[in-house]
Parts: sequence; C-alpha cells; structure tokens
Amino acid sequence: MKCEELLAMLNEYVDGTVDPAVCVEFEKHMAGCNPCQVVVDNIRQTITLYKDGQPYAMPIQFREKMHDTLRKKWKEKFPGSENAL
Amino acid sequence: MTNPLNPETPDGELVRLAKAGELDAFEALTSRYEQRVFGLAMRMLRQEQDAEDVTQQTFLSVLENLEGFRGEANFSTWVLRIASHAALKIIRKRKGLNTVSLEEATEPSDDLNSIPHPEFIADWRQSPEHLVERNEVRRLLDDALTRLDEKHRLVFLLRDVEGLSIQETAAALELSEGNVKVRLLRARLQLREDLTRVLGDPARQLVRSHHHHE
Ligand SMILES: [Zn+2]
Repeated sequence: MKCEELLAMLNEYVDGTVDPAVCVEFEKHMAGCNPCQVVVDNIRQTITLYKDGQPYAMPIQFREKMHDTLRKKWKEKFPGSENAL
Repeated sequence: MTNPLNPETPDGELVRLAKAGELDAFEALTSRYEQRVFGLAMRMLRQEQDAEDVTQQTFLSVLENLEGFRGEANFSTWVLRIASHAALKIIRKRKGLNTVSLEEATEPSDDLNSIPHPEFIADWRQSPEHLVERNEVRRLLDDALTRLDEKHRLVFLLRDVEGLSIQETAAALELSEGNVKVRLLRARLQLREDLTRVLGDPARQLVRSHHHHE
C-alpha cells in the first residue's frame, strides 16, 4: 500500500468500516510510515475535538418566543384542538 | 393512564400523536431537537440572529409538512435536512445567489484523485481532552470550519458532529453516498491541516521522505 492509497481509505479506516484484509495492509503501512500514522492520529483528534466541543446554547428568550409562534401556528392548523395549552 | 410524553417515548410515537393534533407531542419533538438545530445553524452561520431564524423556520416547516412525513427517514434526519437547507439558503443569500440546490453536479474537485495531500504533519502538543476545555479553542475550531466550503462543512457537521451515518447524510443532503464520502474526506483533511498548523508541535514536525507529488 502506498501513502496515496492509504489516504483514499482514510474515512473507512477511521470509521471502522474498512474491509479486514485492507485493514491489515493499512496498519502494516502505518507501522513503517510515521507521517501516515501521525496524520491518522491527527484526523481522529480533529473529529474528537469537534464532537466533544462546547455546544452552543440556544438563548432562552428566543426559545420562548419560538414556542409561542409555533403554538399560534398550531392553533391555526388544528383550530379544534382543546389540548392546546 | 400513563403519560406517553416522556423522554423515552420514541420519535415515531410523538410524530403519530402530533399528526393527530396533539400539540404537546409536537412541542416535545421540538424540545428534543431545537438545540441540535440551533447548534448546527450556529456552526454553519456563526451569527446568532441567523441561527435563530434557521431554527424557527425549521420547526415551522416541520409543522407545515408533518402530514407529508411518512417516516421513510428518521425524524431527526428529516429535521436536520430541513435545517441544512435553511442554513444554505442564508449562505447563498449572503453571497448574492438565489439557488439553494444541493444536488448540483459534482465538481471536478470532488473526486478522489484530487484529494489534497497532508502538508503539515506533527503530533499535537495537547490531547483533545485538554483542548476542549480551553475557550480559545472553540474560536479556532469555528475559524477552521468557516474556511471550508459550505458543502464540505455541512457534510462534516452532519456526519461527524451530529453523528448521522454516511447513508443518512446522503439522504439529508440529496447527494450520492460516494459524493458524501469524498466531501467528508476533504473536510476532515482540511480541518486536520488547519488545526495541526496551530496545535501541532513544530519541534516534532515530520517531513515525508518521498515528498514528490506534483
Ligand atoms: Zn505513508
């Protein structure tokens, strides 16, 4: 396996969906190619950083306003609904 | 009678109740997904007012189109799809374009032969666990996202942040799975490159011995 081929299989490897036979080749290449090993590590860390990053909190006043708007629209759509709070 | 509106109630059941006119069920669905929609919109648009607009438009659209939702996709995928289109619409408007099409032809850059090679290769100075706690890191992450083309950004956010599968991402964006995979690879590589230039340890930078690609 060459570095270019490894690059093309990167998603499948990182996501764990790579074919087992290819996986062996992939890891054999990384064992002998430090740059590819580091790129794979960097990619994993990049994904982790975004996934575990601080979420954006929705402003509470906006939430209330939006729910009001939605309730109004709901009542137009289901005029008979008595359970509308 | 047990209350069907508890956190364990499956989306499908809430959808059924909402279609039957139960406002509480609709509000429960909204509450379940509004933070994710808002977060996605913030990461796409980086502007609170625009992210609020996207969030409200998304749930108004859910309300309008609920009858037409047949459950062929997950409800969450459907909601994220509506939100994605709303966010793209704002981006296109900012650019002065009117089209919202995501199905546009695959660009020449979207094939595997033109995947950019990693340039700056170095171990990071700190682990992601340490980095997420630093405030300036969010800024760094958002700046790197902004430098991505919005089509790549959206694929990355849906797949890697929202946790959709390749298939679900393809369905949400009306793209082929092959196209999603190529865009995801480009996004991941470009983000890696950007972040490593800041977070990588220059003292441990690696140079490829066979660095001869054209
Ligand atoms: Zn290599």
